[in-house]
Amino acid sequence: MLELKNIRFEADGKQILKDVSLTLDDRFIAVTGPNGSGKSTLLKIIMGILQPTGGQILLDGEDITGKSITERANGGISFAFQQPVRFKGLRVRDLLGLAGNREGSEAERFKRACNILSEVGLCAQDYINRELDATLSGGEMKRIEIAMAAARGTRLTLFDEPEAGIDLWSFQSLIRVFERLHRETKGTILIISHQERILNIADKIIYLKDGEVLAYDEGRKIMQDLALDVRRENAGQAGPVCARIREGV
Amino acid sequence: MDAIQKKLLKEVAELDALPVGAYNIRSNGVSAARNTTASIDIVTKKDKPGIDIIIKPGTKNQSVHIPVIISESGLKEMVYNDFFIGEDCDVTIVAGCGISNCGGEDSRHDGIHSFFVSKGSRVKYIEKHYGEGTGEGKRLMNPTTVIDLAEGATMVLETSQIGGIHDTLRITKATLAENASIVIHDKILTEGEQQAKAEIAVAMNGDGGNCDLISRGVARGNSLQEVKIGIDGNAACHGHAECDSIIMDRGVIVATPQLKATCVDAELIHEAAIGKIAGEQLTKLMTMGLTEKEAEEMIIQGFLQ
Repeated sequence: MLELKNIRFEADGKQILKDVSLTLDDRFIAVTGPNGSGKSTLLKIIMGILQPTGGQILLDGEDITGKSITERANGGISFAFQQPVRFKGLRVRDLLGLAGNREGSEAERFKRACNILSEVGLCAQDYINRELDATLSGGEMKRIEIAMAAARGTRLTLFDEPEAGIDLWSFQSLIRVFERLHRETKGTILIISHQERILNIADKIIYLKDGEVLAYDEGRKIMQDLALDVRRENAGQAGPVCARIREGV
Repeated sequence: MDAIQKKLLKEVAELDALPVGAYNIRSNGVSAARNTTASIDIVTKKDKPGIDIIIKPGTKNQSVHIPVIISESGLKEMVYNDFFIGEDCDVTIVAGCGISNCGGEDSRHDGIHSFFVSKGSRVKYIEKHYGEGTGEGKRLMNPTTVIDLAEGATMVLETSQIGGIHDTLRITKATLAENASIVIHDKILTEGEQQAKAEIAVAMNGDGGNCDLISRGVARGNSLQEVKIGIDGNAACHGHAECDSIIMDRGVIVATPQLKATCVDAELIHEAAIGKIAGEQLTKLMTMGLTEKEAEEMIIQGFLQ
């Protein structure tokens, strides 16, 4: 269970996150909201990439606010970046080897890495020895990024817009990756997304705007509220989506 | 061979035991072991230190190992090795030099390797330089490689110096005839007060020539690297040169790509980049459980892989 208590983050005199408090213990939790609402900042603070200006983070009761990225990674948090990082010279197998379970023989580890690549729709034989450099397309990098985060099998996995740029790969397969990850870890998967198909499978949805949690409830309920709001907006009757949620939830 | 010499041999030629095929192992200035085959002969030069390696026409899928190891502090040598590769061969040559210096005097190996690759032959050349030791004496190496590729010949060079050498001047010069091609991957890591200079120059003198030169360097500590890569296109040919470097601490890197075309059908490209390790690369590896230091090492190892 992840608890965020009064998390604040300021940069360049601007408040990016304003007193965010959440308790996260479901399978799939989606974070959504307009651009610039603080979604990526929130995930980076959970991973330790950014330090909050104030507040506290607890993972299964342990205060991890002061812990480094490495300590959090080894303590059970993984992160799939929105913009995957490229490395000259490092191959897919090098990073998957780092990500995956290190038990078993080299052949077994290799097989596991290949299975994970297949899960994200990449032919393992074609990709396992490819360099993670500019020769891979954005879509290929994105799938490998998802595979690496999933391969770690940690109790909390953070995905920053995993669906962006995966083009030909099906959502069903992406969802299968999440489902398998949950089956194996019994942990929590926190996903930033704007995609209805991902929001539809979320147990809970966090709606952020201007650094504030405007709504945090069952996914189904929030989706109903959002749909109602869109209909009202189309009829020229309603204000912004977030205002509807603020009033209705 | 003692434990230090065995370790050096492992480092420069990845050999735990004597290799299969032809070889000549030079240890502390003398030939320690040699083997020739029906198609590969190795002959000691009479007029100067060094050997001639003569590979008969049509020799395929064979290798030659000629590692040099120095474990005697203060030893200085200049060695000339000439490779005569007949027509229609396909061979791998593994060279390299390892110096272990635990004494107070400088140890130094200078070598000139000359390759005469005949028509239609393919050669893969692997050369690794390595230094270690706790002595105050320096470990110095100055390799020169001169390559003459005849019509349709191909050569792939993988050369590296991954730390341990205080001062080096690495010169590689190649001339290509019609339809000849060359690929050079050169890797250098310098640290502490080390200095490395590398000069690679390829002249394509015949139509259909092709060259791809990639130099990767990492300079950390107070080290200095100067890399010059030059391609001359004197015919209808294609050439690509890339200097890519990572700079760390107080390291200094000077990268100079140079292209010269004397024929309107020569197509030459160069790229050069120097930069530090990207923060996002470190962050990514840290999110996978590595410390910052481990992440840095993995990035460097991959870059020089």
